[in-house]
Amino acid sequence: MRTASHKNLDVVYGLYDDEEIMLDAVRQANKEHLDIMDVYSPFPVHGLDPLLGLEESRLHVAGFVFGAMGTLTAFLGMTWIFTKDWPIIFGGKPYWSVPAFIPITFELTVLFAAIGMVVTFYTICGLGPGVTNPYLDDRITDDKFCIAFDKSNVDVSAVESFFASTGASEVNQKTI
Amino acid sequence: MSAVVSPIREPLVTGAKTYHQITEDLISPTERTPPASWVIGFILSIITFSFGAFCLLWTVWHGIGTWDLNRTIGWGWDITNFVWWIGIGHAGTLISAILLLFRQKWRTGVNRAAEAMTIFAVMCAAIYPGIHMGRMWMAMFIFPYPNTRGPLWPNFNSPLLWDVFAISTYFTVSVLFWYAGLVPDFATIRDRATGFRKKIYNFLSFGWTGSAKHWQRWESLSLILAGIATPLVLSVHTIVSFDFATSVIPGWHTTIFPPYFVAGAIFSGFAMVLTLMLVTRKLLKLEDYITIEHVESMNKVILATGSIVGVAYLTELFISWYSGYVYEQFAFFNRALGPYWWSYFGMMFCNVLSPQFFWSKKLRRNVLFTFFMSIFINIGMWFERFVIIATTLARDYLPSSWSLYSPTWVEIGIFIGTIGLFFVLYLAFTRVAPVVAVAEIKSILKTGGDQYVGPKNAHKMHHAHDDAHAHDTH
Repeated sequence: MRTASHKNLDVVYGLYDDEEIMLDAVRQANKEHLDIMDVYSPFPVHGLDPLLGLEESRLHVAGFVFGAMGTLTAFLGMTWIFTKDWPIIFGGKPYWSVPAFIPITFELTVLFAAIGMVVTFYTICGLGPGVTNPYLDDRITDDKFCIAFDKSNVDVSAVESFFASTGASEVNQKTI
Repeated sequence: MSAVVSPIREPLVTGAKTYHQITEDLISPTERTPPASWVIGFILSIITFSFGAFCLLWTVWHGIGTWDLNRTIGWGWDITNFVWWIGIGHAGTLISAILLLFRQKWRTGVNRAAEAMTIFAVMCAAIYPGIHMGRMWMAMFIFPYPNTRGPLWPNFNSPLLWDVFAISTYFTVSVLFWYAGLVPDFATIRDRATGFRKKIYNFLSFGWTGSAKHWQRWESLSLILAGIATPLVLSVHTIVSFDFATSVIPGWHTTIFPPYFVAGAIFSGFAMVLTLMLVTRKLLKLEDYITIEHVESMNKVILATGSIVGVAYLTELFISWYSGYVYEQFAFFNRALGPYWWSYFGMMFCNVLSPQFFWSKKLRRNVLFTFFMSIFINIGMWFERFVIIATTLARDYLPSSWSLYSPTWVEIGIFIGTIGLFFVLYLAFTRVAPVVAVAEIKSILKTGGDQYVGPKNAHKMHHAHDDAHAHDTH
């Protein structure tokens, strides 16, 4: 389950049975200045991001940029086609009949924004068809909440006592 | 999970589930051998789909003359079925996008299956404009691509072309939205699987790990996709209604069409969601996830949109009389009392009268009644499209060109075939993916579940105990 591009990473991780216990543990880790590598959970845990110091996602910026590209592609494309490339009069309307361009402009805005944002999402997360990312435990996608530490960044005995004191149900080490 | 559990709202997940139990309940249907009922249903669907495919080939081989269309009635069952399927395809994105923006937690029980239904319904719908062209091997002419014919471009001022863009965008965005939700659930299946099955789900799950940053981006993605899919879903049936409303046919040329079509689409879409979900929850034993509360919520949407549709029908009638325009008046006289009066009364009965039963809470919560009602509404909404299309065309300005239309076996066969295709896809879907969004159900368990009994739940134990007790007694 290892991709060639991934360097060997020694990880010590604890599994928790409930997200609220895990959140308390993350708070405790922050107090003890333990450098958490990542937290894995079966569903999005609210309130976790500020504790881990994660900034708000900027995916909406990508959405806006791609959407604007869609708007311009559709509107300028139709404008060019109907005024320069092949002007035709339809139903006595002007060549450049802006109101009739609105529906397609709207649809392409949505289409470009959606495709662009989804592709951006998978790319920055390193996800994609057939990608195999190293993962720590099979039960993380079921009912376990995992706090992982990079062994090179922390004192392993301190981490183990941290897991014991915060109620981790299991502590393991793994190289991914 | 700091949200307060309301004593008034009914639980959305019943049966004292733990996170692991949710995984077991929702993933295991994809791991078992299919039950006999599934196999029988699948075989029947394959047979009906095969007959539809035969009729499609028959149409392509012999031409559109095998249909009963004529110079007066150029749109018959083909466009009727197209609009019917597209309308059905509106509930999924409504549930997943609009209800997400409104923070309606009950959507988590039904959104996955409803989105799947949307995608399959749009696929069925897309067949009709394709074959309706007559020479469907030239269907790519509708897309604006540089070509050796000039380049000659499609007419961007035409509502029919807007429809091409609306429906292809809707389909693409629905698929992307649906799949983004499926990725974490496929990862759950992957982590339970072994051997070749693990390889397949490893491919499908895109290497999902459940990292905190990924979840944050995933939620951000879902929210923005919901935000742009909301105007999209409203635009699609608006544009479908433009196919009619921008023409100069009496009975079609009305400004009420866009909102009336959108309400009708949501109405029929929810009816189809109920038809499917009531059967699915029974067969897959999902009563704890798709509760009577979910059924009642959907019935309320049906009552609201059904009433909007009813008001629209009556407004149309009133305006046609009040306009003083004889052609418009005749169009509506002809709908109600002309040769197709039965379809008009079928429509009025199924769409306007029957949903009014849902004012009764008892009936809203009655599963069998709801099931029959959902079938009624599906039929009624089909009649509505038939009334708008064939009935209106049959009697136009010149009495000398009046005509009548009834479908041939080929047209009926294609319709049956798309129903077969729809169920082939839906039944296959229930085998490969969890029909209820696993991760999303887990995320509402503590706030929307009845009796979360996991660890660290002391402050809710009292409430849980009451509910557990109530559960034991029935």
